[in-house]
Amino acid sequence: MQIPVEGFMYPNEVELQWSILIVLYPFITGLVAGAFILASLERVFRVEAVKPTYRLALLTALAFLLVAPLPLQLHLGHPERSLEMYLTPHRSSAMAMFGFVYLWYLMAVLLLEIWLDYRHDIVVRSQTEKGWKRLVYRGLTLGSTNVSERSLHVDERLGYFITLIGIPSAFLLHGYVGFIFGSVKANPWWSSPLMPIVFIFSAMVSGIAAVMLLYMLSTRLRGQKIDMRCLDKIAQYLLYTFVIDFSLEMMDLLQRIYESDESFRSLDFMVHTRLWVSQVIVQILLGTVTPIALLGLMQVLKVTEAARRWVYALAGSLTVIGIFAMRWNVVIGGQLFSKSFLGYTTYKMAFATREGLLPAILLMILPFIILWVLVKLLPPWPESASVPSGATPAHGTS
Amino acid sequence: MEITRRRLLVLLPAAAVAWKYVLAGTPEGAPNYELTSHWWAMLIDIPKCIGCGSCVRACAEENDVPEGYYRTWIERYHVADWKIERPEVESPDGGKYGFPPHTDDGGKNFFVPKLCNHCADSPCTQVCPVGATFVSPDGVVLVDKSYCLGCRYCIQACPYGCRFLNPKTNTADKCTLCYHRITKGLTTACCEVCPTGARQLADLRNPKDPIHEFLRTHAVQILKPYMATGAKVFYNGMDGSVR
Repeated sequence: MQIPVEGFMYPNEVELQWSILIVLYPFITGLVAGAFILASLERVFRVEAVKPTYRLALLTALAFLLVAPLPLQLHLGHPERSLEMYLTPHRSSAMAMFGFVYLWYLMAVLLLEIWLDYRHDIVVRSQTEKGWKRLVYRGLTLGSTNVSERSLHVDERLGYFITLIGIPSAFLLHGYVGFIFGSVKANPWWSSPLMPIVFIFSAMVSGIAAVMLLYMLSTRLRGQKIDMRCLDKIAQYLLYTFVIDFSLEMMDLLQRIYESDESFRSLDFMVHTRLWVSQVIVQILLGTVTPIALLGLMQVLKVTEAARRWVYALAGSLTVIGIFAMRWNVVIGGQLFSKSFLGYTTYKMAFATREGLLPAILLMILPFIILWVLVKLLPPWPESASVPSGATPAHGTS
Repeated sequence: MEITRRRLLVLLPAAAVAWKYVLAGTPEGAPNYELTSHWWAMLIDIPKCIGCGSCVRACAEENDVPEGYYRTWIERYHVADWKIERPEVESPDGGKYGFPPHTDDGGKNFFVPKLCNHCADSPCTQVCPVGATFVSPDGVVLVDKSYCLGCRYCIQACPYGCRFLNPKTNTADKCTLCYHRITKGLTTACCEVCPTGARQLADLRNPKDPIHEFLRTHAVQILKPYMATGAKVFYNGMDGSVR
């Protein structure tokens, strides 16, 4: 396949090495980190208004976190060797250390927090359900069936402590993804100390927007009324985080424009040509400025509840699309220009190949299937939980 | 052959010495190749390069480099008058079959052979998640293709565009400085065939190597020194326009 090239590329640079699958990887981990941080608002910072999304946010984070390594795995030339990263890690490699950050986050933070939060429900269900479901819940109790008041209090305290650790861990998780790109000194599009920070804030933006949309969708599907106090609060946090995220990105951009180092002409040309649609139109105008303006207007105008819901849905959707475009522009954009700064290549996305569009679409559907299973297994909303009368409801179910 | 106690005492130390080379993957070098007494580099004399492409062809043949990928390649630079920051560069098929005549008669033209710089502080080895790519004790950056995951982080990290993913092995690939040859006392395939001597293999740890005299008496540069990679491919007569 002939790849169109403009100007001069080093001969080995013409073919892009990191495909759409590597775009998915920061996008998905961003959703995880953002969803967790939204959950921690309720748990640690006692923002009571967002309580209805607490458990949904945790389950969303878990569903996406389970899928996060799959695009990487699919992308590897030798997936069968991927465990070597854990068995014989190269300690100077940012990528090798990410494996441990991921494991820490999955095992020590997310799974533990969800288990502690749901332990009471799991124990009750292991006694009330029948057949295979009973076995599943019995397995999930991990043999811990004590639901005395004191025991639940210990769960609550421990859960709080884990969330406390979880916030820096979520920052670490996605900040580290930013570091994987930001530490590549050979690539001026990536190499920036701001990269981890921008990644953290964009993660929060995408995670909050995704949970907000999932909350609206799931509430509608269940025929329930959306808690507008909750929705307004989430939208408010989304706006604040987005403003910080956008400011950081603009600072980075202004610095680059003013400095105009040797790579600038090349990067500037790229933004005005190959990345014009994905960066300027989709990421900045549609995916950032528009949602910020919409969310900002909701803060100052008096609008009916129904209209606010539509605006939030629109702003949330544009936000998620905008953050995906941002990941695209970082990963793909960073490979479109030559390290000689003398030319540009093109990304030809295949469809039904190992690194094509089809597996990417399937990988983006997978977390929603996992989330559906998780929601069925561990209902995040109180009315679905068949907690028998007299049993003490655990945290988040009251 | 009967192993007596006396014979065993003679054989064991010899086997112990050989074992080091066996572990390094170069058992053929055991009798006379001392890893730690070499520090390999290359000297490229740009004014001598005629862009014939012999080196690229020899490399591809010697190392079974797949079509369309390059362990070494040649670039032709055209710098019009004072426009040193915007040179016109081309490398059709990596310069493998030479270059068509240049029609523009203004400015200057010259050829620049490229290959892995075998950096002492190489960013590619730093980022490898499993240490499958490493700097050998004699200063050559190598890839263990039986261990490489094919994640391509090293390809992204190389500032010089020297690495690629070999479609046959699905692992990272690059110039090995013909390690299989130099450890037998031969020179690299590219140096061997260069008709003008524009490429010279150099051993920086050998005080008698003519590289030392050359480095003392010529204005020599490395590519992208601001990257601080400890590049060991030295260029003589390199124009400031070269990237």
